[in-house]
Amino acid sequence: MNKFGFSLSPSSAINLDQVDRTFFNKLTEVEPDALRCMACGSCSATCTAAGYTGMSVRKVLLNLQRGRNEEVRKMLSACMLCGKCTMVCPRGINTRSIILNISKLW
Amino acid sequence: MIYQGKQKIWSDYQKEIPDDNWYYVRSCIRQNFFPASEKMFMEICRNVLGKDIYENEHHTTCGGIAYHCDTIPQETAMTIVARQFALMTEAGYENYVASCITSFGNYTEILETWHEFPELEAKIREMLWKSCRKEFKKPKYLAHSSDLIFKFRNEIAEKAKFHLVNKETGEPLRVVEHIGCHYSKMFPSKGVGGAEYPYVLTGMIESWGGNIIDYPERRHCCGYGFRQYHVKANRGYSLSNTHKKFESMAPYKPDMIITNCPGCPYFLDRWQYVIAEMEGKTYGQNGFGIPVFTYEEVAGLVLGYDPWDLGLQLHQVAVEPLLDKIGIEYSPEEKYKGLNSKDIMKPELPSGIKCF
Repeated sequence: MNKFGFSLSPSSAINLDQVDRTFFNKLTEVEPDALRCMACGSCSATCTAAGYTGMSVRKVLLNLQRGRNEEVRKMLSACMLCGKCTMVCPRGINTRSIILNISKLW
Repeated sequence: MIYQGKQKIWSDYQKEIPDDNWYYVRSCIRQNFFPASEKMFMEICRNVLGKDIYENEHHTTCGGIAYHCDTIPQETAMTIVARQFALMTEAGYENYVASCITSFGNYTEILETWHEFPELEAKIREMLWKSCRKEFKKPKYLAHSSDLIFKFRNEIAEKAKFHLVNKETGEPLRVVEHIGCHYSKMFPSKGVGGAEYPYVLTGMIESWGGNIIDYPERRHCCGYGFRQYHVKANRGYSLSNTHKKFESMAPYKPDMIITNCPGCPYFLDRWQYVIAEMEGKTYGQNGFGIPVFTYEEVAGLVLGYDPWDLGLQLHQVAVEPLLDKIGIEYSPEEKYKGLNSKDIMKPELPSGIKCF
C-alpha cells in the first residue's frame, strides 16, 4: 500500500508476441502429440481431480503455450495419473504420458 | 477487420441529429473537472455556428450516478428526467441535447423503457404531477453534445486556424479516441457508428487533420465506473483499468487522447500522475504524459482559442509539448492567471511526471 491508500494490479493481458514458449517447445520435441490437441475439453470434463482442485489438461496445454508455467505446476500437483483423460481423448493423445513428461522436464 | 468492413458498420449506425433549436443540459461533474468545456460548446454553437441553443438554470442532475450506484430506484431517476423534459417543454423546445454521456445513456434507457412499458410512463407522469405540478412532452430528438460537434465538424474545419498536424514534419498527429461507455455500449443504434466502431470522435479527428490509432484495448472502459472509483477500497480496480489501456496504447506513441465523456478525460489525465508516482512510468515523450482533451477543447484549439481560456491549465498532464507540436502560441506567464489577470496560484508540481 502507498500514500494513495490503494494499489495497482498488473494487467492480465497476454501479449503473444512476447511469450516465452521455450518450455512448450521442449515438450513438443518429446511429445509431438501436444500440438494435436484441439482443446475440446473432454479430458477436463472427465478428470476426477478437476471438480475439487481446478486441474484441467486442456488448460495445462493452453497455459504452456502462453508461457504461464507456474500455473501449470500448481495444476499438475493435483493430478493422480488415473489416465481417464487419455481414455476419452477423441484424437487419441496420450495425455497421461504428456503429464509425466512435463513433470520430467521441470 | 479490414477498413471497408468498418466503413460498412459505421454506415449502418447513423442517427438523425437535429440542425438547430436545441435544449441543452449540463453535466454534474464536467464543470468541476474541465470547466471551460461546456462554456466552449455554447460558444461554438452560438457564435461560431450561429445556432439557437437554450439552457435553463433550473435543471438538476439526471440521477444517473445515483441510479448506476444503486442508491435510487429507476422510477426516481425517471421522475427526475421527466422534470427535465417538462422544463424543455415549457421552454418550447423539442430537441434535447445532453452534455454528459451517462445522462445521454440514462435518457435513452428511460425513453426505451417507456416505449416498451407505456404504463410506467403513465405512472411517472402522475408522480411528476403530484410532486411538481408539471407535465411534459417527450423529446423529438435526443442527442449527445458530441453528436452536434460531429455533425458540424466540417464547418469547424473550414474555420480552423490550426490542424492536428505536426508543424515540423507535416505528419498528422497520432490520436487516441476514447468513447464513454454509456454513449453506445447500452444502445448501439443511438450512437454514431454503433458500439464496436463509434465514429463520432473519429470523424472529428479525421476532419481536423489527425490520424486515429487503432490499438487492442481501444474499447476498454477508462476505469471510472461509479462503483469502482467512489468506493476507496475499489479504487485500485479503477486505476488498474486505466493502466491496462495505457499499456496497450503506449507502443503506438499517441500524441494526444480525445474523449467525449465527463469521467474519461479526468481519469485518463489524473491517473497518469498516480501511475507515475506508483510505478515511475510515464507514457508520453521525454518524461511527459499523454495529454487528454475533451472534444470541445480540441475544437477550441483548432478554432484558435487561447489554450488558457479553454482551461487547459487545469489538466494534470502538461499540454505545452502538444501545443508546440501543432504550433499554437501561448504565454507561459499567463498559465495561472484567471479572469482579469487574477492570480489563481501555481499548484505544487509532481515529481514522477514532468509538468510546467
